[in-house]
Amino acid sequence: MSVSVEQAHPGSGAQRSAVALLENVTKTYVMGAAEVRALAGVSVSFAAGTFWAIMGASGSGKSTMLNLLGCLDRPTAGRYLLEGQDVAGLNDNALSEFRLRHLGFIFQSFNLIQQLTVRENIELPLFYLDWDAERSAEQAEEMAERVGLAGRLDHRPAELSGGEQQRVAIARALAADPSILLADEPTGNLDSVTSAQIMGLLADLNAQGKTVIMVTHEPDLARYAGYRLHMRDGLIDRIEEPQA
Amino acid sequence: MKVVKLYRNIRLGIKTLWLHKLRSLLTMLGMVFGVGSVVAMLAVGEGASKEALEQIRKLGSTNIIVNSLKAIEEDSGGQRSPFSVVMFGLSYKDEERARKTFTTIKRAVPVKIVRQEGRLGERTLDLRVMGTTDAWFDLVQRRLIAGRTLTARDGERRASVTVLTEYGARRLLATERTIGQTLRVGGEYYEVVGIVKSESGQGGSIQTPDQAIDAYIPVDVARERYGDYRTELSAGSMLRESVELHQIIFEVDKPENVEATAVGLDRMLKQHHPKGDYRISVPLALLRQAEATKRTFNIVLGSIAGISLLVGGIGIMNIMLASVTERTREIGIRRAIGAKRSQIIGQFLVETAVLSTAGGIIGVAIGMIIPWTITRLAGMPTFVTGESLVLAVGISVTIGVVFGLYPARHAANLDPIEALRHE
Repeated sequence: MSVSVEQAHPGSGAQRSAVALLENVTKTYVMGAAEVRALAGVSVSFAAGTFWAIMGASGSGKSTMLNLLGCLDRPTAGRYLLEGQDVAGLNDNALSEFRLRHLGFIFQSFNLIQQLTVRENIELPLFYLDWDAERSAEQAEEMAERVGLAGRLDHRPAELSGGEQQRVAIARALAADPSILLADEPTGNLDSVTSAQIMGLLADLNAQGKTVIMVTHEPDLARYAGYRLHMRDGLIDRIEEPQA
Repeated sequence: MKVVKLYRNIRLGIKTLWLHKLRSLLTMLGMVFGVGSVVAMLAVGEGASKEALEQIRKLGSTNIIVNSLKAIEEDSGGQRSPFSVVMFGLSYKDEERARKTFTTIKRAVPVKIVRQEGRLGERTLDLRVMGTTDAWFDLVQRRLIAGRTLTARDGERRASVTVLTEYGARRLLATERTIGQTLRVGGEYYEVVGIVKSESGQGGSIQTPDQAIDAYIPVDVARERYGDYRTELSAGSMLRESVELHQIIFEVDKPENVEATAVGLDRMLKQHHPKGDYRISVPLALLRQAEATKRTFNIVLGSIAGISLLVGGIGIMNIMLASVTERTREIGIRRAIGAKRSQIIGQFLVETAVLSTAGGIIGVAIGMIIPWTITRLAGMPTFVTGESLVLAVGISVTIGVVFGLYPARHAANLDPIEALRHE
């Protein structure tokens, strides 16, 4: 499997245009009197179309990094260029806009809205993009097809298996056609067979041109990724690049 | 585009509320009862004052009514001779003087009241004989049931004619087809020429110029035949009174001139009646007074009902806050996907607005049923005004939005990362 991933990414990331670029980024949380340094100065460039696995022990700063990359949080210091634009100093509205148009989230616990049908969950980003109903429906069907969920659009999340729910979440992440998919332990709640299917789906999407950044602590899953970024104590420990 | 967005937001709101039917219903109940009580209370208040206003309006809003009054010091004197005559009240001259002095007075209608027994065949009825002119029927509009009212010619000819009320006609004549019959009133004979409907209220607080037992005759006829003296035997003493006119109704040309004319009239009468044996009542002033009372009444009732609306609003806020806590995860998901704070606020505000609007509309329905039931069961007059409906629904929607704002802002300001972690 890892061979096919490497074939999909000939050459190193540095030669391609960076879709996301962190420059000396720090993130400090104030907890009472104490200051916690979650990121202590991180610089890394994510090239377009690459597949990354961010690894590390809990507390190493990998989740903080994903939140920053996902524009859910702002760095304390440093620069973050997303699609060539510095987003470190943007206000909440502008960050929301970036999440809506450029980023797709996939969570460990799927995070579907239980009251909505599969179709409505997939259409959610399109709702905030003000797409009209007809176009949204078409797009939802296309996305469902793409993740192998055709025919289940009118079910509720609770009626689906874990693997299917994660497919819905992926379809939702894809609906607005973002350039980056951010996955936080996407198979953490799934069995090994289903995990492999979901990872295969992510690899396919990567092959179709999406940049995928995944946080995981399982080395088995990290093998799907071309780049493996190891975090330790808020710093990048090492980056494994695909062998040419 | 904006309308489409709003429509979609409302649909989403209704859908979410529908998912929690019981909770939405309970939240709405606060609004329902609040709006219901506002509408019902205003309807009861409106009904009560409308009746009073209607009675005053019957007195005529451009009229000034002057009544004769027994002067106080004359009445209380103990050592009067039993044969002395108490003279008081308005005189024929007063009427003439007022008519000539004030250009704003269009007409003056004198009224002389004599109590006499009416007799027709075997039937009798104690009548209040009203000596007046044809103009009385112009100033005091009453429905004519049969025949005609008094005319100017009746006055000139000093015709022995009388107009009865419907009540009097029924008691004396037993049938309404009685025009042309001869009625005996205190030894004098009159031809019944017409019957009018009397509108004297059943114990209303404001006196009407007419009574059910009235018989109308030309004023000069009354003066000639019954004179100005009245003798009353009571508790061993004889009381002799002399009153020329019991009442004069003045019609003023314009409502704006009523109050000024009344003041002038009072000043003029005071010169000739130092004892103050008269009373001026101005229906227009009474009307104003009643309207002011009504306004106060409505404000008091409205405030009480407003408190229940407030309680309803707090109920909405309470439920929406609980809903925000319960849906923290959903809010986090929406924010992560790219919903702006304003869009989260919009979502929650639409929900409260839908709740309070629906509550308001149901409340209006209940608020209209309550006065209807009160009128049916207790016979109390009620009146639902359009303004009260608009006011009640407007207040309920405003309260919904105001009390929904805090939970909505609370939801929007949640940290998306924290919200996503929320179980």
